[in-house]
Amino acid sequence: MKKARKILIFVVLPAILLVASMMLFIAGDGEEEAEMAKGPITIFWAEWDPANYLQELCNIFTDETGIVANVETTPWSDFQVKAFNEFAAHSDAYDIVVGDSQWLGRGATQGHYIELTDWIKERGVDKSMAPATIVAYAEYPKGSGRYWAVPVEGDACGWSYRKDKFEDPKEKAAFKKKYGYELDIPDTWYQLRDIAEFFYRPEENFYGVAIYTQKDYDAITMGIENVLWAWGADLGDYDTYKVKGILNSRAGIESLEFYKELYKFCPPDWVNAFFPENNMAMTEGIASMSMNYYAFFPALANPEMSKYADVTGYFAMPEGPAARVAALGGQGASIITYSKKQGAAFEWLEWFVKPENQSKWGDLGGYTCDLKTLKSEKFLNMTPYNRSFMETMQMVKDFWAVPEYAELLESCQRYWSGYVVADQFTAKEAMDGIAEEWEVIFEKYGYYD
Amino acid sequence: MSDTNVVLKKRGLSDLAIKRLFILPTLVLLISIFVVFPLFWSLGMSFMDYSAVRPQVKGVNPKWIGNQNYKDVLLDPHIWKYFSLTLRFVIMAVAGEFLIGFGVALLLNRDFKAKGLITTLILLPMMMSMAVVGFFWKLLYNPGWGIINYILGLGEFVWLANPKMTLISITITDIWMWSPFTMLLALAGLSAIPKHLYEAAEIDRASWWFKFRRITLPLVSPLLLIALIFRTMEAFKMFDIAYVMTGGGPGTTTELIAINLYRLAFAQWNTGKASAFGYIVLIMIIAISNIYIKYLNKVKEM
Repeated sequence: MKKARKILIFVVLPAILLVASMMLFIAGDGEEEAEMAKGPITIFWAEWDPANYLQELCNIFTDETGIVANVETTPWSDFQVKAFNEFAAHSDAYDIVVGDSQWLGRGATQGHYIELTDWIKERGVDKSMAPATIVAYAEYPKGSGRYWAVPVEGDACGWSYRKDKFEDPKEKAAFKKKYGYELDIPDTWYQLRDIAEFFYRPEENFYGVAIYTQKDYDAITMGIENVLWAWGADLGDYDTYKVKGILNSRAGIESLEFYKELYKFCPPDWVNAFFPENNMAMTEGIASMSMNYYAFFPALANPEMSKYADVTGYFAMPEGPAARVAALGGQGASIITYSKKQGAAFEWLEWFVKPENQSKWGDLGGYTCDLKTLKSEKFLNMTPYNRSFMETMQMVKDFWAVPEYAELLESCQRYWSGYVVADQFTAKEAMDGIAEEWEVIFEKYGYYD
Repeated sequence: MSDTNVVLKKRGLSDLAIKRLFILPTLVLLISIFVVFPLFWSLGMSFMDYSAVRPQVKGVNPKWIGNQNYKDVLLDPHIWKYFSLTLRFVIMAVAGEFLIGFGVALLLNRDFKAKGLITTLILLPMMMSMAVVGFFWKLLYNPGWGIINYILGLGEFVWLANPKMTLISITITDIWMWSPFTMLLALAGLSAIPKHLYEAAEIDRASWWFKFRRITLPLVSPLLLIALIFRTMEAFKMFDIAYVMTGGGPGTTTELIAINLYRLAFAQWNTGKASAFGYIVLIMIIAISNIYIKYLNKVKEM
């Protein structure tokens, strides 16, 4: 009798309570399901200005359709980790993710993204968006014609510079005397190096150049890619996945040595620099030129955020010994498999790709990938950097978009950071090390089978 | 039926049963779900080729690979570099915290005006969030406008960008934050030493050094050892401050094992290998702690 009572108290009652609470939870869920299908939807993106512009666009969407769409953000350094944490947990916290281009492989092959191939083809989105952006932000595997995202924010690396310094007659004369040619926007990487050296004046707290050096995520890689491709080297063979002899070729090693040379002309303590630091170099007036993604340039042109806004100019990547290429940034919007509001998410995509809404997106400051909007005079004249952005988008290249991109990134970030800012390797050792490790990764995941 | 049983029956649940009822949710939720389950789950994962972010397919993800993950971790020369870096950090940080914390405790172990206020102020750093401390010191170290270079007159001396100084910079920050912890425990030990021992020594005209060596140190050492155990374990797992200040860079000069483990687990999503790595770190921490505990028991017996 006593034993039975104990069992009742310690086992049966807690079990009943647990089951009852779960039933309530499930029942509640079911009731809400129908309502949830119509939103509100949550779009996940990184914390930066374009996300604010997207929220403004979402407000227009809400006014027109009655579906609430919220943009939720997280700092760039946590963006990838948080997104994939949610995917791993099959969480329905977000309905759409505006993910990086290199995530496509993972999102597609690991089942986190809903395939949009038919949806995109039926609506002609593959024709209305710039071809390079469709390949970079939507297609996986490349060349397969299978799509997993709608291009949202086109982006690539470019440069900002101090027009007042470049146009100063005294500086111009001194530069010409030293280098034998006019001080102007650099046409080549070698000219950019000369200008960086010329303006490197630590005693005046003014420095030649600000480049990416950070080891987190993909920062230093995005910077080095620009020179690597300009020197005629590549990350590897995108068809066979062979890396040795391509990445660590003579051209590859020389390009890396060149990047390290530029690092000499950076402000002190420039070992952990990504877009906030490179923008700060211009807003604080401590560098003559700064590398950054175009999406971060609005802050440089805004007098409230930069006292040098009126004297800041912009230019596209200069020509290298072999080519003129810019590292691609930007993101596409994918519907998350685990979303319970996919109906509303598709409605948002449908609304977003309409030409009039792409135009609104451009007006708000977003880097639309819609060809018509991109080519319009209105867009080209809207900001001082839109023309060079348009020029840049014709010469972009991207990092590996394979599902294993994070492992590849970890290796090159470690070696390139170790060489450029910490003198832990020679350029050859760094390139050989990456080539070796990347081939081991490709081998492990069966790319050579 | 005895009288006691009759009383219990009338009163309903016994005190013991009520106690157990209150403890039950804690035991079930906290220990089994949040501690025991993840521990055994990750142990299982450490023998699998598994990525938590990939779709689960039986025999593919996860896939049993025996001790391959452990082999991979133990044979990886990079990881051994990070272990040696972490060891250097632990030795420097714990030694610094021990010396400064104990030194300050000796200074505070007397009666003077505003002793309580000063002790509270000294304790403030360890009450702050580690990430905040990291950001705070990152600004202090700035070569252009950081206050450290200004006060020390170092001009534009580079701390965090200098591969030779980065680990030292992080160590200084850790010492600043955690010396108060050692001080607190040492102070507790010092104030518990009976005064009559010092009085007796003074009657015998014992020197300061003699009193320190024969009375202070033996009596305070159990608490000091406890402080050392905690600080060693924490320093071994150092993540927040280092990650915020340097992100493991420049290069790999501050890539401590916890940072590398984080990258392996959450950037690369190599869950199986990260679990094995985590277990290796756990075993190392348990081994080091056991050495301390054995020594602590010896000290107590003395």
